[in-house]
Amino acid sequence: MARPSMSVDDYVEKYGPHISDLPVTGWNSKPEPDALVETHCCFCGMQCGIKLAVKDNKVIGFEPWEEFPFNEGRLCPKGVKRYMQTHHPDRILDPLIRTETGFRKASWDEALDLVVSKIRAIQEKSGKHAFGMMSGVSLSNEKSYLVGKFARLALQTRNLDYNGRFCMVSAGGGNKKAFGIDRAANTWSDIPLASVVFLAGTNVSECFPTLTHYIWQARDRGAKLIVVDPRVTPIARTADYHLQIRPGTDSALNQALLHELIRNDWVDHDFVTQHCKGWEELKASVEKCTPEWAAEICGITPIIIREVAAVWGPAKTSFLMHARGVEQQIKGVENVLSLINLVLTTGRIGRPGCGYGTITGQGNGQGGREHGHKCDQLPGNRDIENPEHRAYICKVWGIDDSELPHKGLTAVEMFEAIHEGEIKGLLNICCNPLVSHPDTNYLRETLEGMEFFCVIDFFMSETARYADVVLPGSLHEEEEGTATSAEARICRLRAAISPPGNARRDTDILLEIARRLGREKYFPYSEPHEIFEELRVASKGGTADYYGVTYERIEKEMGVFWPCPEIGHPGTPRLFEDKKSYQPDGLFHMHVTAYRPSFEVPDDEYPLYYTTGRSVFHYLSGTQTRRIKFLVDNFPGPVCEMHPKLAAKMGLKHRQLVTVETRRGAISIPLDVTETIRPDTVFVPYHWAEKLAANQLTVRALDPVSKMPEFKVAACRVRPATPEESVRLRKDYAALKQEADA
Amino acid sequence: MTVVFKEFFIDFQRCIGCEACAAGCAECHTHRGYPMVQVDKVDPAMSPQTSPMVCMHCKVPTCALSCPADAIKVDENGIVHSSLKPRCIACRNCELACPFGVPMIREDIQQMQKCDMCFDRTAAGKKPMCCTVCPTGALHYNTMENMLAARPHSKPINKWQFGNQIVETRLWVMVPHDVDIMVVDWPELLAGAAGPIELAVKLKERFPLQGFPGPQPTRDEPVPVGAGVGSFSDTEAEYL
Repeated sequence: MARPSMSVDDYVEKYGPHISDLPVTGWNSKPEPDALVETHCCFCGMQCGIKLAVKDNKVIGFEPWEEFPFNEGRLCPKGVKRYMQTHHPDRILDPLIRTETGFRKASWDEALDLVVSKIRAIQEKSGKHAFGMMSGVSLSNEKSYLVGKFARLALQTRNLDYNGRFCMVSAGGGNKKAFGIDRAANTWSDIPLASVVFLAGTNVSECFPTLTHYIWQARDRGAKLIVVDPRVTPIARTADYHLQIRPGTDSALNQALLHELIRNDWVDHDFVTQHCKGWEELKASVEKCTPEWAAEICGITPIIIREVAAVWGPAKTSFLMHARGVEQQIKGVENVLSLINLVLTTGRIGRPGCGYGTITGQGNGQGGREHGHKCDQLPGNRDIENPEHRAYICKVWGIDDSELPHKGLTAVEMFEAIHEGEIKGLLNICCNPLVSHPDTNYLRETLEGMEFFCVIDFFMSETARYADVVLPGSLHEEEEGTATSAEARICRLRAAISPPGNARRDTDILLEIARRLGREKYFPYSEPHEIFEELRVASKGGTADYYGVTYERIEKEMGVFWPCPEIGHPGTPRLFEDKKSYQPDGLFHMHVTAYRPSFEVPDDEYPLYYTTGRSVFHYLSGTQTRRIKFLVDNFPGPVCEMHPKLAAKMGLKHRQLVTVETRRGAISIPLDVTETIRPDTVFVPYHWAEKLAANQLTVRALDPVSKMPEFKVAACRVRPATPEESVRLRKDYAALKQEADA
Repeated sequence: MTVVFKEFFIDFQRCIGCEACAAGCAECHTHRGYPMVQVDKVDPAMSPQTSPMVCMHCKVPTCALSCPADAIKVDENGIVHSSLKPRCIACRNCELACPFGVPMIREDIQQMQKCDMCFDRTAAGKKPMCCTVCPTGALHYNTMENMLAARPHSKPINKWQFGNQIVETRLWVMVPHDVDIMVVDWPELLAGAAGPIELAVKLKERFPLQGFPGPQPTRDEPVPVGAGVGSFSDTEAEYL
């Protein structure tokens, strides 16, 4: 049973998160570096170029990499401070095995023997698929590919999924339905050429700060900026049009915009009739979706919907982007398709300045979702249930079709199966579900009930506390590889240093487990570039085709855009230039997206909308950024944003400690009274764990297509915190700022 | 090779409050962990607007004028440097005198340190660190010619009025085309105005050509700061 054997306080005391902001050399004697290693930031899908300053196998600082074309040296504070993580005192330096009183250090042999014997025991007793694997897309392309192959051929399980399921998987689902390819249609260099920039559910300024520059470049040329967000984010503050809609009502707004485009004949008739499928049905479906109808649902005025349609409709060029705001809903795929409909109706795609794309959030959110560590996917973004796709990958891997598992469970479904005892063991790498999974109290029960749980991580994440074995893995800067940015630019990650202490490269850990499981013949690699060589071949002929890409080319050209199907192929920065999609019929598929309500909407008992998101100072589950003092000082813990009108009505005051409750749980946090949020909605950022986890309150309801949970909409109520809750909160907050010993 | 120092621009509207400038600044070998840039939250109860503050490098620096030890020097490139260590008596005159609130006495070393426009970088032909990392171009280092071409909807100005003092700075701030001087802290008006709305009316009357927006709708009622068991004090809630 994977119950933690110490109190939370003791885990924090022993393994952190502690905060530290000291370069490995100290501040007083920064020596000249031996090398400046050109690599990329690990902290979002922009993959900004950065040079890490290295001396004696330690990262001692950074220099901006101004030659890298995407960011030209620009960084956000996470990127600037990222080098503080490599030598952080919280790094796990030895394999750990759980005991009655915590963890004890173990040798690699002992730890791996235990892992392998448990995998074998569970699989012999309950079948191969009773052991699952969870992965994450902060891993490189090489590691993502390796995990996909490792789970299917070493663990021989079908139950492998990844944390993209909590991130952008609805965008992938929508993109595949409309375009037959899961990729931003354009590179970011098309943004400055657009005369209208439309941002739907994306806090670009906090989640993708370096992309903000591109949007301002468009505005410098006179572009209008439209932002759809329930909050006044820093980018929404400056927008020409801010549609501050109710959470979960995006597709209603988009249908009304489409209604207006049709009513005013702002339609590219040649494009919708010659290059699209489903135009007539789509047109009929929005006949009654007037701005008045949508305004009622969205909680905005019909006038602004008309004004925005009048800006979007007749524009010559435009760029539409969306992110988690529209995707993390049970209607994620529908929301995405309803936005794509606005792009297709106006025919503004596949040309300079005419663009569309999802802004992927995780470090390798793009590349990591292409090469087979999704439950339904094989490398090259192939379908695990398509016989031709299976046959090709079986040939590359040298196996029979019978040896290749079929589709497994998606992330939330997998944790539910663990909860129900159908899956008994889990290997978890690069994922901290105790922060990032919806309904974390349910997730905690799930972890506690597991027969065997192994975590590979570089820090003791909150999830790792529940592990039977923790294997110390590697950071982004400790392994060679590639990552693919949100604009589909394949970038080269360099190993600046090797892992500290007895920590090992993630690749080496997986290869060693495979060897001990007797499956080494399928994994004949010693270095990541050998995995990349196989990935190239395995992706060949798939939509995400990397065959023509080599490490040398990426380094020389500072990134190659896939598809790149042949050696010498220039890569494909802009898709659809020939007005053909990647669907078998070559058409762009329009889909009817009838509005339906969110899983849970406010009622008498829980009268407010609850929504979650991010801060610029933290990355995802915060395992890394909650350990860096500068970032923690700027944003130590979660707060509840509330409009002053609502606060006055409820008799609540700025900085008062409140408890936010939903049907799943409660969180006690300080109140931040600000006019930047809708008066019917409260917002809590999600980067923290345990009693400070925003996801204690979210619902496990899933999008029927993408299986994305609904992080963005729930019904809640707010009350003053009790004295007991206040005392605990003060303690929890104090723990967030616990300094590491120097 | 002669290094040409370029112009430093602040474009307040682009600031997203990410503190990358401060984080990058703190890395400098000369001030080691202490940022010389500050990012101010303008009115967090109303707006996410933030404002980066670096040294404006005044042509006639008030800090230097106020220094009894003659420790603050301007070089031939117009850069106002940190106090000279042997001269600085850490008297705080500069801190109090600077109209922009830039100089800071470092208690640990008993010296005033301030932004020197990354002299080590700019003298080598590089951009200052804050301008290099700023993800939005709110802090930007370029030639005047390039800036005018790149951002035609704003114009750079470098004149400020503080009470009766006119200050001309080496740094430029990007403002709307109808603004020629940044007017802040006009004591006669402040003295006569009952509140922010009246002040806005008076500023608009006094400077009709300078784009003051006039009275703005304000929040319905002031947001009270909570107190007692169930709230955080100012020091506990540093993030707010």
